[in-house]
Amino acid sequence: MSITVIYTIATLSVIGTSAAVILFFVAQKFKVNEDPRIDQVEEVLPSANCGGCGFAGCRAFAEACVKNGELADLYCPVGGNETMNTVASILGLEAVKKDPRVAFIRCNGTCDHRPKTSHFDGATTCAIASSVYSGESDCQYGCLGYGDCYDACDFDAIDLREGMGVPLILDDKCVACGACVDACPKDLIELRKKFPKDRKVVVACRNEDKGGVARKACSTACIGCGKCQKECKFDAITIENNLAYIDSDKCKLCRKCPPVCPTNAILELNFPPRKIKKEEKEECNTAK
Amino acid sequence: MLKTFKLGGVHPPENKLSADKEIQVLPLPKSVFIPVAQHIGAPATPTVKRGDEVKVGQVIAKSSSFVSTNIHSSVSGKVKKVDFSEDSSGYPKQGVFIDVAGDEWIDEIDRSEELAREFDIDGAEIIKKIQEAGIVGLGGATFPTHVKLVPPKGMKAEVLLINGVECEPYLTSDHRLMLEKADEILVGIQLLMKALNVEKAVIGIENNKPNAIQLLSEKTKNYKGILVQPLKVKYPQGGEKQLIKAVTGKEVPSGGLPIAVGAVVSNVGTAFAVYEAVQKNKPLFERVVTITGKGVSQPSNFKVRIGTSTSELVESAGGLPESTGKVISGGPMMGRAIASLEVPVTKGTSGILIMKEEESKRKDYIACIRCSRCVSVCPMGLEPYLLMTLSQKQIFDRAENDRVMDCIECGSCSYTCPSDRPLLDYIRFGKGKVGQIIRSKKK
Repeated sequence: MSITVIYTIATLSVIGTSAAVILFFVAQKFKVNEDPRIDQVEEVLPSANCGGCGFAGCRAFAEACVKNGELADLYCPVGGNETMNTVASILGLEAVKKDPRVAFIRCNGTCDHRPKTSHFDGATTCAIASSVYSGESDCQYGCLGYGDCYDACDFDAIDLREGMGVPLILDDKCVACGACVDACPKDLIELRKKFPKDRKVVVACRNEDKGGVARKACSTACIGCGKCQKECKFDAITIENNLAYIDSDKCKLCRKCPPVCPTNAILELNFPPRKIKKEEKEECNTAK
Repeated sequence: MLKTFKLGGVHPPENKLSADKEIQVLPLPKSVFIPVAQHIGAPATPTVKRGDEVKVGQVIAKSSSFVSTNIHSSVSGKVKKVDFSEDSSGYPKQGVFIDVAGDEWIDEIDRSEELAREFDIDGAEIIKKIQEAGIVGLGGATFPTHVKLVPPKGMKAEVLLINGVECEPYLTSDHRLMLEKADEILVGIQLLMKALNVEKAVIGIENNKPNAIQLLSEKTKNYKGILVQPLKVKYPQGGEKQLIKAVTGKEVPSGGLPIAVGAVVSNVGTAFAVYEAVQKNKPLFERVVTITGKGVSQPSNFKVRIGTSTSELVESAGGLPESTGKVISGGPMMGRAIASLEVPVTKGTSGILIMKEEESKRKDYIACIRCSRCVSVCPMGLEPYLLMTLSQKQIFDRAENDRVMDCIECGSCSYTCPSDRPLLDYIRFGKGKVGQIIRSKKK
């Protein structure tokens, strides 16, 4: 009986030792020399694996940083300048400074502004609804509200606001990875420059129809009248296809344009209330 | 002997309410909106502008490439504007608005009702006339007919199949046309045979239309090479590939065209349009449309000018019932719900179906119970439950490998699903995405 136990232990020990010896030499032979800096860089990245940098994940981005030799085209929007500076110091390179960005849904067509004229009862995703028809309201450019952006967001930065018709992006949680930008079939979401205290002045509309048609579909649609463009001293506003657009890189937040907009299509968000037109401002905030 | 296709298929209630209603001519509308994209392929380019006077049959938009067709005015009057308006795709599309004044036709059109049986022109000329008349497949797919009649190099058509199946429930426009214009259709078939240079044509008709089968079988005795093939009732037998399988027993290879098995398929409506174009010089500017539904007071078949708004059709059939839930352009299986009654009748509109609220409501869907009914009814032998999940999870490379592009969008899977899952919605979405990926790879 005891002999059997001894034989068993001896056999297993011999197999184990010989396997260890073989593996030792195999490991020597096929050793992969990986740059240790890849691990270091990966360590400081946010490990969100969101793909906002354009790579498959944080590891792939770290590899690209080390291999590339310069950081010109590489930027982690989640970590921002701080993370990129740390990455640069690890690699001994120069980091590119970029303005932080934040996503914004350029549609303010909530139920009270944009009446529904039909009812869609198919599969509730924006991608399918937009392939079937232009949407439940008469505006063919506006938000469908089924939340493909909400599903795409890994950071809980989108409030679906069910029943309101248009989701809301929470500025403090948004990391500008751009997942929602790709998910929106109506191309409504834009990554805009992030100003202090999340202030922004923005045209919340994408309707390219002529003024009358746009206004009929939605009470707060941009009608392309051009009043804001005349008001702007910084050439930040362009009008194309009956639609105004404010370039966030040129905008100085002077707040001259929102009061002249006849349809309240230009939103000013997170500002202290205006002194003179206090009532109007409050109305705008609730309508947001 | 009755034939049918082998794989899958369903039997939805037929509900052919308007089968014994003669084709009536719809009174002229006051204004029309004629979209310039009524066919598969490149949209036509408008050749008229605001204020122009047009006559019935005049070209108002010229085809811009080979796979495209001319668009003709269906009325006479003044062009109000060339602008965008919603069509049955649900999106605003470019088109010509015309205010109707009188009913003046261009001189070339022979307006007599007499049957013109004799013809003496060669195939190339027939194809040219078809191309100029703007004829597209009137079964619903609206593929330009002249493109079909020119087989790709190295391929030869052996048989012409004429689609008189009309497997969609409710619709009866093809059925009525076969009963009332049988001789015209047969001459149209002869013209198509000449254009294709084939000796044999088979008209496939499902045996729920015994009067059409009997009438055409008698008439074909006088026409050489044309046969009538009665078919068992099964949806989607009117699908091109299913009809070929049912009649010839041959299977079109995955991703291939019918011409790969030597067949060309045309609808009976198309054959009639070909007759009118070649023998009467009449371009395609009107078609037969069924207007039907359980709540509709007078389900009917109308001969309608292209561009007439749906609301006029609905009025002529007794008005919109109060309990209406959805108005569908096409049949209940493959049609599309329209969001506005201003949507015009186009070359592809075979019917307008008005569904009651309780019929049209879609139930909330629940989990897949793996019963595999969708697999057993799919006429293309696909796995709809799998394709839906792959599309939902956006795994498009696997969807492509599982032949999502072979889906003919017949809706049998969604129809049969006991969990009411929106299988076709997702598959169609996946098909669109895979198509995009394939096209971008080719570039």
